[in-house]
Amino acid sequence: MRGISKRFGPVQALSEVDLTVAKGRVHALVGENGAGKSTLMKILAGVHKPDSGAIEIAGERCEFEGPQEAIEAGISMIYQELDLAEHLTVAENVFLGHEPAGRIPFTVDRKAMFNRTAELARRLNFDIDPMSIVKDLSTGDCQIVEVLKALMRNASIIVMDEPTSSLSETGTQRLFQVVRELREQGISIIYISHRLEEITGLADDITVLRDGRVVQSDSAKKMDIPQIVRYMVGRELTDLFPGRNVKCGEVSVKVENLSSAQRVTEVSFDIRAGEIVGMAGLVGAGRTEVAETIFGVVPKITGTIIIDGNEITINRPADAISNGIALLTEDRKRTGLCMQLPCGWNITLPNLDGIGMAMVIRPNKENKIADEIASRIGIKWLGPQSPAESLSGGNQQKVLIARWLLAKSKFMIFDEPTRGIDVGAKKEVYSLLNQLAEQGKAILFISSELPELFGIADRILVMRRGRLVGNLKKSETTQEAVMHLAAVEGS
Amino acid sequence: MGKFIRQLLPFGSLMLIVCILAALRPDTFLTMDNFLNVLRRSSVYGIVAIGMTFVIISGGIDLSVGSMLAVCGMIGAWVMGTTGGIAGTIAGVAAGLLSGLANGLLITRFRLQPFIVTLGTMSFFRGVALVMKDGQPVNVPDYKYLGEGLIFGAPVSVLIFAAVIIIAMLILKYTPLGRYTYAIGSNREAAFHAGVRVEKNLTWIYTIVGLLVGIAAMIQVSRTVSAQPTAGLGVELDVIAAVVIGGASLSGGQGTIMGTIIGTLLISFLRNGCTLLGISTNAQLIVIGMIIVVAVAVDQLAQARTKKAGI
Repeated sequence: MRGISKRFGPVQALSEVDLTVAKGRVHALVGENGAGKSTLMKILAGVHKPDSGAIEIAGERCEFEGPQEAIEAGISMIYQELDLAEHLTVAENVFLGHEPAGRIPFTVDRKAMFNRTAELARRLNFDIDPMSIVKDLSTGDCQIVEVLKALMRNASIIVMDEPTSSLSETGTQRLFQVVRELREQGISIIYISHRLEEITGLADDITVLRDGRVVQSDSAKKMDIPQIVRYMVGRELTDLFPGRNVKCGEVSVKVENLSSAQRVTEVSFDIRAGEIVGMAGLVGAGRTEVAETIFGVVPKITGTIIIDGNEITINRPADAISNGIALLTEDRKRTGLCMQLPCGWNITLPNLDGIGMAMVIRPNKENKIADEIASRIGIKWLGPQSPAESLSGGNQQKVLIARWLLAKSKFMIFDEPTRGIDVGAKKEVYSLLNQLAEQGKAILFISSELPELFGIADRILVMRRGRLVGNLKKSETTQEAVMHLAAVEGS
Repeated sequence: MGKFIRQLLPFGSLMLIVCILAALRPDTFLTMDNFLNVLRRSSVYGIVAIGMTFVIISGGIDLSVGSMLAVCGMIGAWVMGTTGGIAGTIAGVAAGLLSGLANGLLITRFRLQPFIVTLGTMSFFRGVALVMKDGQPVNVPDYKYLGEGLIFGAPVSVLIFAAVIIIAMLILKYTPLGRYTYAIGSNREAAFHAGVRVEKNLTWIYTIVGLLVGIAAMIQVSRTVSAQPTAGLGVELDVIAAVVIGGASLSGGQGTIMGTIIGTLLISFLRNGCTLLGISTNAQLIVIGMIIVVAVAVDQLAQARTKKAGI
């Protein structure tokens, strides 16, 4: 891609971007949210047309009128939100829209479909039953089904957008194995990720975008993580994590013997006022389920929750909220925001009682309240009236944080608060967590990224298969020890 | 801005239809009597459509409103026969309230889809209305006030419609119930996680629909001074069309009372115009059907445009 520029209204999304991806290499594309990665990839995939610049594939100049033409030219996109038909089998998904004709007209040769899918999977050393229903697969395996789909279409370039953001450690390793296999077979991979550790381990080349321009493009061997971060943000991020000045008070939250039908088994822990307790574990260890059980999203079978010495009864989230508990959910699209509705409404949704609007809403005052809290934590928007969907991922997350700030909760659960947001926004989230702790709130911080758990938590709980298997002071443990507890049975 | 354009479009079409009719039939269309007639008809359908607006914003649907209209009218007229007009009116409205409550409880308690529940109650209510008097109508020759009465020269039915409009607007904009209606329709899971009592609020919404249908039913009975067990056949479709023409989305989270009123008037004027132009009621179905699809298609296009321009 050469000299690509693209403008949306007043915003120059890309200016004069050059990107050269060599055959059979893994090329990582990094940059903060809004740096132009997605726009660039959408141009490559034929979704957008560039204002200027050209795309060449194997020396041939291409102009795509639409996504279909890009696919025919050998470009396959795998988006963050997978577009698979959940109720169909793996093979049916792989061949969707390209079903081989059977002998009888208007029928599909199912046998050929299954055989060919199995053959493609073998090519990647990937073990999967072509007959299994996609709904029953893990997210990681779904990613690989997308890869198979791309291979079926004879893709020569595969773009992966944040493929590992919802994968477990094993899922990630499996995917990397597949990516390396693809590279062996001469397919080029463009790999977009916020997780710099995996990029430096996987990529051959790295291109860093900032504000719609290429700031650095080189072989991965010549760059290390601090350098990449510097290029991404244009400044040194020496203090990604705020200094913690722990002054924990009395025990504020006590969870005893919590069990639910969804995996959680006899979980007990307590959190002091002003303490940040991290919760580690692999995907599927039951961390989110613990949060949802406390918050009343799923019913508990046994267990008591005590806040400031009083046992409280929670049958639904409304009860949890009125008892001073907040839950920032891990999936802001599904369980967080009402995307079409104004940001201001999203902020006040659980708080109408709290701001004296239990009977009558006063829109002017409501907007003022939302505006105030937004400027306090630096939400970038056109005003509280702008719909949540118009904001970037990081700002959407801040809208949800603003909601719970306004709720003045005593016990705040943050489930993967930094997922899918850029480094700058992450840093702001960390310092917000820190401020909240300093105000004496008890915080449970669930994360799959050990560096951030170690960066910000005072104590780390480790979950495995629905049970709490570790309760460690940060100063007395290491990332390796936590990972061992989380991943190894009987340790 | 986008919101404004979307309101403008149905309003523009409404004006266009009125102008065309005024040009084609100035002597019969442009009369006070004709306009009042259209407004009276609109008040019955409009009151039901306002209830439907709440349901559609919440992401649901209520197919039973037409049958409910009949059963409420029958119950109201039947009670009227023994105990008088006021008691009958109250009975009819109460019947609506309870029918709506039943819909709401079935939907929330048994976690059933609104489409299925109200498809069932649509048949159930119609059956009750027909069985009550063996399919015969109930005549209430003296019950004229709601249909023909005037207060300071304004028809009572139209005034009731206006009151319902104002109250509905206030509820949607200024009360938590209204806010939760949008939130549930936009993203039910997110609303639940934000502490919204989804089931309680949905029950309220379906109860409100029932109440409004009860009111509309009694106006309808009074207009025809009789309760027909076949009243309101197909009304659910007209009403859903009015709400959607007014800019609401059947997937929930969007819609306004103003839009619904415009949609209701549009359909009423269309029907009125067809009659004045001598188009048979059968052929009217064809015209109305086409207009509904065109209106929604144009709205979708306009929406896509504003979205693109918004980036």
